Amino acid sequence: MSFRVVHYINQFFAGIGGEDKADVPPELRQGVVGPGQALAAALGSEAQVVATVICGDGYFAENLEKATADILQMIRSCNPDAVVAGPAFNAGRYGTAAGAVCAAVSKELGIPAVTGMYPENPGVDMFRKSAVIAKTADSARGMKDAVPAMARLVLKLLRKEELGSPEAEGYLEQGLRKNFFTDVTGAERAVEMLVNKLAGKPFVTEYPMPVFDRVAPNPPLKDLANATIALVTSGGICPKGNPDHIEASSATKYGEYGLEEFDLLTASSHETAHGGYDPTYANNDPNRVLPVDVMREMEKEGVFKKLYGKFFTTVGNGTPVANAKRFGAEIAAKLKKDGVDAVILTST
Amino acid sequence: MRLELHKISITGLELGSVTALKGGVLTVDEKAVLEMLRTDSRFAEVAVDVARPGERTRITPVKDVVQPRCKLEGPGEVFPGFIGDVETVGSGKTLVLDGAAVVTCGQIVGFQEGIVDMSGPGAAYTPFSGTFNLVLVFTPVEGLEKHDYESACRTAGFRVAHYLASAVKTARADVVESYELPPFNVAMTAHAGLPKVAYLYMLQSQGLLHDTYVYGVDAKRIIPTLIHPNEVMDGAIVSGNCVSACDKNSTFSHQNNPVIRALYARHGRDINFVGCIITNENVTLADKKRSSSYAVKLASMLGVEGLIISEEGFGNPDTDLIMNCRKAENSGMKTVLITDEYAGRDGASQSLADACKEADAVVTGGNANEMILLPPMEKVIGFPTFVNVIAGGYEGALREDGSLLVELQAITGATSELGFSRISTCTK
Repeated sequence: MSFRVVHYINQFFAGIGGEDKADVPPELRQGVVGPGQALAAALGSEAQVVATVICGDGYFAENLEKATADILQMIRSCNPDAVVAGPAFNAGRYGTAAGAVCAAVSKELGIPAVTGMYPENPGVDMFRKSAVIAKTADSARGMKDAVPAMARLVLKLLRKEELGSPEAEGYLEQGLRKNFFTDVTGAERAVEMLVNKLAGKPFVTEYPMPVFDRVAPNPPLKDLANATIALVTSGGICPKGNPDHIEASSATKYGEYGLEEFDLLTASSHETAHGGYDPTYANNDPNRVLPVDVMREMEKEGVFKKLYGKFFTTVGNGTPVANAKRFGAEIAAKLKKDGVDAVILTST
Repeated sequence: MRLELHKISITGLELGSVTALKGGVLTVDEKAVLEMLRTDSRFAEVAVDVARPGERTRITPVKDVVQPRCKLEGPGEVFPGFIGDVETVGSGKTLVLDGAAVVTCGQIVGFQEGIVDMSGPGAAYTPFSGTFNLVLVFTPVEGLEKHDYESACRTAGFRVAHYLASAVKTARADVVESYELPPFNVAMTAHAGLPKVAYLYMLQSQGLLHDTYVYGVDAKRIIPTLIHPNEVMDGAIVSGNCVSACDKNSTFSHQNNPVIRALYARHGRDINFVGCIITNENVTLADKKRSSSYAVKLASMLGVEGLIISEEGFGNPDTDLIMNCRKAENSGMKTVLITDEYAGRDGASQSLADACKEADAVVTGGNANEMILLPPMEKVIGFPTFVNVIAGGYEGALREDGSLLVELQAITGATSELGFSRISTCTK
C-alpha cells in the first residue's frame, strides 16, 4: 500500500491561465495535473498523487479564510496521508497560498505538508515555522530540482523519520530550536570555544542572539496642556467577560474598547485576561494596570487636554514577537489617524 | 592552594545494619541514618530508599542531590557553615564516594522540584540516573513553614552525605586527583604566552526559596568576590534552591562543577586559569547593576583576557547574564556564556529574555520546553502526584497508567547551565 498525497497548485501551473485567470475559485481534480506528473514520478511507488487542488492566486489572496477552509475541505475529502504544495519559486502570492495551505493542513489535519520556494519569496517568512519549505530556484526553470527535493522531504516525513539539518536536507531553516546530544559536555564545549575565541580562531555560537527591535523614544511633548493621550496595555485589562477572548498567553489578537463612559475601572466593569501573573490585585482594582482613575483626575485638573476615548489591550505573556509587532503597528496607525499626541503604555 | 580528591568508585548500594564498604559496594546502616534524621523535630516522617542505575525506578519530587564527601586531611570540614565550621576549605585531602549520591525528596514548593528516572528515555537527560542513589523522603510536621522545611531538607542531605563518607574513611581510594592553583603573584607571571582566564560563576539568589549559600551565607547578601575553585569542591557553595529542576545547580553539581574541571583540564596547556569569581542574581535593578559591575571589575583587576560565565535559572537571571557579558566584553575581555533555552514546546520562540550583540559565543544546555514522554515505572519513590504541578508538568501530566508527558524542565539537571550534560540545541 502506498501513501496518498494531495497536490496543491495555482491556476498557472494547472494550465488554466495567467493573471487573467487568477480569480478562479478552488477546484478539486482526481489524479495529477501539470507539475504533479513530475511529483508522482519522484514519489515512485512509495506514494501516489491521488488528487490535485487548484486555486487562483488572486482568489486565494482576496478570500483568505474562505479559500483556506474550502481547500482544506477538498483535501480532507481525499483522505490523504500528506500534502505537497507548489513549488511556488519566487511567486509571492502563490508562495503565500502554498504556505497557508501547508500550515492549515499541518494544524487541522495533523499530516505532513511540504512546499517549495525561493528563499526570498514572501511566503517563506510568513510560513517557515509552520510548513516545511524545500529550497528552490527563483523560477520554474528550477522545476527538475525542486520537485524531487519536495518528494524526498515528504517521503521522509511520511516514514516518520526526523529531518536532519536544513543544509543536509535541502529545506529552508524553520527557526525551530531542537535539542540533540553531543559527544562532549557543555562545560568542555564552553572552554573549547573560549580557547578559540581568545586565539582569534573561528568558533560557532550555539545560540545566535536574536536582534531586538530598539525603538528610539520620540522627543517630549511640547504642549502637554493641549495633548490628547491614549492608554495602551499589554497587561490584559478588558471589559468583564473578555468579550473578544484574548488568549491568556501567546495572544493572537488585541482588543479596542471604549473609555468615554468610565471615570474609573472597577472590579465589576473590567478584569484581566492575562495568564502570566497573579491576577488578584488587577481584578480587584483594574486601574492598577490601566490607570483610568488617575488619568481622569489629571484630565479634570487640566494637566492634559483629553484622555482618548478608547484603550487598546492585549496579553504580553509568551506572545510571539511577530504578533506583538503587528499589534503595535496597527494600534499606532489607528492612534495617529485619530490625532492622538502621546500614549502611556503599561505592562505588568 | 592544593587539594587531593581521594575517589572511591562506588559500584553498588545496599541497605543493611552497618555502614561499610566492600568491593565497591556501599552498605548503609538504615537505622543509623533514620535515627540521625529523626532528631530533627521538623520532620514528621523520614523514609530511606535506594535507586540504582538501570532500575525501573522514578524519584520525584527531587529537591537536591549531594555527593558524599568528607575531609581526610587539611583545615575545616566539607559543607562549611552547615557541617563544618566556617573554616576555609579547599586544601589537604578530601574523600569522595564517586558514583554515589544522596537524593533528597520533599514537597516544598511542589511545582519546583524535579524527576529522576533511573532507566528509560528520561534517564539520558539526568546525570543522576547514573549514580547509586540513597534517597531520603521527608514529610514535614503539620504547619511547618516552607522555608523551615527547605532548610531542614537541605541540612539533612549534607548530614547524610558527610556521614556516609566519614563512615568509610579508612577505605583505600581507587584514584587520587590533585588540583592546585598558585597565589596570584605567581599566577600572573606563570605560563607565559597563555591567555589568563577566570570563571564568573553566577549563583541563583532571587530569594523566596531561590537561594544559594556560600560558607553558610545567603548569596543575595554578598558582593561579588573571589573564591578558590578548590573550595567549591569541598562544598563551600551549596544549593538551597527550589527553582525549576532542569537548570538549578544541585549541591552535587557545585561540588563537581564541570566548568572548573574543564578549566583545570586545559590549564597550563591552552590557558592560564587564574581563579573563580562568584556573583549573584538578585531581583532589583540596583543589585543587578552593582553585582555585574563589581564582578567585571574583579576580573579586570585580575587582568584576565577571557571569562567563562555560567548562569543559573532563566528569565530574570538572563538580564544578569547579559549585563555581565556586555560589561566584560566592553572592558576588553572575551566571554563565553553557558545558558539554556525556553524556546517554547515547538522551539519557535525567542530563547532568552534578554540579548546583546556582544554575546557572540554561547553554549546552550538545551531547550527546557521540549516535551518528553516518560513511561510508567515499576517503582516510584517520593510523592508522585506532585508531577501535576511541577514546572514543566501540568494538570493531567500524570496519566492513569503512570506515564508522564512533561517538559524537560521537570527533569533534574536536564539542561544544566554549568554545562554538566551533553545536550545542545540547533536551529532547524
